[in-house]
Formats: sequence, structure tokens, C-alpha cells
Amino acid sequence: MITVKFFANLKKMAGAEEVKLDIGDKATMDGFIGFISKHYPEIGNLLKEKRLLVSINQEVADTSTVINKGDEVALLPPFSGGV
Amino acid sequence: MELVRIQREDFCIEDEIKNVRKVSTRIGGLVTFLGIARDFSKGRDIQKITFEYYPGMAEKKLNEIREKSKKDFDIIETSIIHRFGEIDIGENIVLIIVASQHRAEAFKACKWCIDELKRITPIWKRETTKEGEVWVEEHP
Repeated sequence: MITVKFFANLKKMAGAEEVKLDIGDKATMDGFIGFISKHYPEIGNLLKEKRLLVSINQEVADTSTVINKGDEVALLPPFSGGV
Repeated sequence: MELVRIQREDFCIEDEIKNVRKVSTRIGGLVTFLGIARDFSKGRDIQKITFEYYPGMAEKKLNEIREKSKKDFDIIETSIIHRFGEIDIGENIVLIIVASQHRAEAFKACKWCIDELKRITPIWKRETTKEGEVWVEEHP
């Protein structure tokens, strides 16, 4: 199982701040995006349009990053901290 | 006090400056940036602002900014404090203090720090207006 965290506007889209998902071990980013698209289509579209960053264990991931069992994956909308 | 913090409560600028000044007697100047909640943004009247952050990752990124500022600029110390939660108009949001022997590098480093904070830190702002609430999108 992995933990997927949602932030900002994504929480309303997902209906949750955090979910546990079973996507198997050593999942690819494409596989993860496909899984998200199936269960959360609106968020899946944002991922496919590259309008969200994905972090794994609090480090920004890229398309080659592998997702392991137990990982914390966060979906990050564009940042707007500071002023 | 920690030099890098994310906290709900307001901060006292004078206390934070004292916190940085005690780091070294070589400090010849301090540059501060204070971000404040304003009442107008992108054509809308703002009633209040709410900040959300990713606990753990946001602090890590602010600490990275502090470390990189000390490495890339000729400065002595950097402090970064960002609030989260509900913030009323006119209240403090973020404080960056950069201390150096000479002023030029402090000015450059302070600007770099706030620009970098906005670019890489997982913090999000929601603006409350008469028409409702809007999550602000600034950095893809």
C-alpha cells in the first residue's frame, strides 16, 4: 500500500486529504497516473496535463521515478506561498 | 528559537532580528523582507487568506533555501518564518532576514530567498472573497 496525499483544491476533488492505495510494488509513474485517472478522473487529467507535481517521500519525482510499497506520494498543485 | 519555522501564530519582527543578530558579531547589516496580507488581488477584494502547507516537506525546502543562500551568497545567516492557517488582512505572512558583513550581498540574498520560497516550497494560499474561496495558482 502507498499513502497518497492531496493538497489545496485537490482535497475537494478527491473527497479526502489522504488515501491508502494498493498499486503493487515498484509501480511506474505512468502506472500510478493511470490508477489515479481511473479513480479520480479530474485529478488524472491535471497529472496528464502536467499541471501537478508529484513527490515521493517528500522529494519531487519525475517520470522515471519508481513508487515502492510503503511510499508517501503527494500530489502538489502549483505553489502559492509567500506573497 | 529556530531560524527556519512554519507556524500558525504571528511572529515578532524585533525578536526574530535579535535571534539572527546573536549568531555573530561580524554582522554589519541585516536585510528583511516582510510579506503582509493585502486586501486586493487580481481584481478581487480579499477578506482573508488561508495558508496550507505540506508538513515535513515545506520545512525541508525552507531549510534548503537557507543552506543554499549561505553557500551562494557572501552572507552570515538567514532566517525564514512562514505562517499557516487563517490570516486576516494586514497581518504578517512571511519574514525573511538575511545578515551579512556588507549590505550588497544581503539585499541580493534576501530577494533570492523569497523568489525561491515561492518557487519550490509546498505552501498554498486560499483567498476568501465575497464571491467565495479561490485557491491561488502561481507556480506550476
